[in-house]
Amino acid sequence: MAIEAPGEGAEYAAEAAFPPFDPTYFASQLFWLAISFALLYFVLSRLILPRIGGAIEERKDKIADNLDAAADMKSQADETVEAYEKELAEARTRAQAVAAEAKAEVDKEIAEATRQADTELEAKLVESEKRIQAAREAALADVKTIASEAAAAAAEHLAGLDVSEADAAKAVDAARG
Amino acid sequence: MADTNPIDQFKIKTIADISVGDLNLSFTNSSYFMLVAAILVMGLLAMAMSKRALVPNRAQSVAELMYEFVAGMIRSTAGDKGLKFFPFVFSLFAFILMGNMLGMLPYFPAPDFKGFTFTSHIIVTFALAMLVILVVVGYGVINHGLKFFSFLFPAGVPWPLWILLTPIELISFLSRPITLGVRLFANMLAGHILLKVFASFIVMLGSVGALGAIGAVAPFVMVVALTALEFLVAFLQAYVFAVLTCIYLSDALDPGHH
Repeated sequence: MAIEAPGEGAEYAAEAAFPPFDPTYFASQLFWLAISFALLYFVLSRLILPRIGGAIEERKDKIADNLDAAADMKSQADETVEAYEKELAEARTRAQAVAAEAKAEVDKEIAEATRQADTELEAKLVESEKRIQAAREAALADVKTIASEAAAAAAEHLAGLDVSEADAAKAVDAARG
Repeated sequence: MADTNPIDQFKIKTIADISVGDLNLSFTNSSYFMLVAAILVMGLLAMAMSKRALVPNRAQSVAELMYEFVAGMIRSTAGDKGLKFFPFVFSLFAFILMGNMLGMLPYFPAPDFKGFTFTSHIIVTFALAMLVILVVVGYGVINHGLKFFSFLFPAGVPWPLWILLTPIELISFLSRPITLGVRLFANMLAGHILLKVFASFIVMLGSVGALGAIGAVAPFVMVVALTALEFLVAFLQAYVFAVLTCIYLSDALDPGHH
């Protein structure tokens, strides 16, 4: 040792300097501190800290990128949903229009058919009434003939009168009033 | 018998004699621990970052945690502009922290197998403090010229008060390197002496006899508690040193905002 080692043991109290204040090693301390710290500073600032910072930065970028991508996808999904809903609404409107049109057409057809049927029925009714009227008239005419014949027959039978057909008819008419 | 002198742990022992002219630049146990601290910081960080994974493993998490811790410290005290001093503050913090923590090991693979705390030597802490102040003044003067010294004349104060305030500011400025250096040095020195004193009580009481051995439990408990406290102090003082460095740097970044 360059500097005499202070005796161990009892006489330490009498030693010259308290080691932390002993100027003997000040130069050596400063010299080696400068070397150690300079070495540490250069290696950290040039190599290691950029590496750590880079890793952190990279992760932040990656997370930000992923978040961006997620936001993009979400907006895309939103857009798709919106388009889908719009299309759905359009389809619904179209369907309603088609249905309304069809209904109107059918209504029209029904009205037409109803009208036709009504007309036909009306015509048939009128004809039937005419036929009934004719039949009645015919029947009535028959009744008159039968009545006059019956009257003539009755007169012949009861009174022995020979009544002409015309007279009988006249009498029937008078009787019917 | 273990030596019970609480001062022995601070003794500097020469490992290799080196002298340049009249200067004694010997490689000592202190130099050894400084180099070991620097190499350990570099090695551990390099190892932690060797994979540089996107999803960090535990070691990388710790390295990144430390990085963010120091970056956050600078941002909160000196703002984003202070980040240009990030490597400097980080190196200081890591170097002092590693030095303090190495000092907590009683034995270490050193030439004499004993631990040593280089931060318990005032010349070391004072040199680090002076380095900080020189960086602050150097950066301040280069970037702001004489405006850097405007902190001596606080703004918003009527000028006659400067007669009173300027000397106070000057004293507070000049005392910065002293307080910065002495705070770290005194904390480490006092803590280690205290530990050793209580530890020597155990040995002394233990050698008295059975009753003494029972009584030695009390200082033993004390030593355990103090060791925990010293680990806290070791971290805290490194942190305080770094935070104060940031605060002083913020003065250099924008003088006048004092």
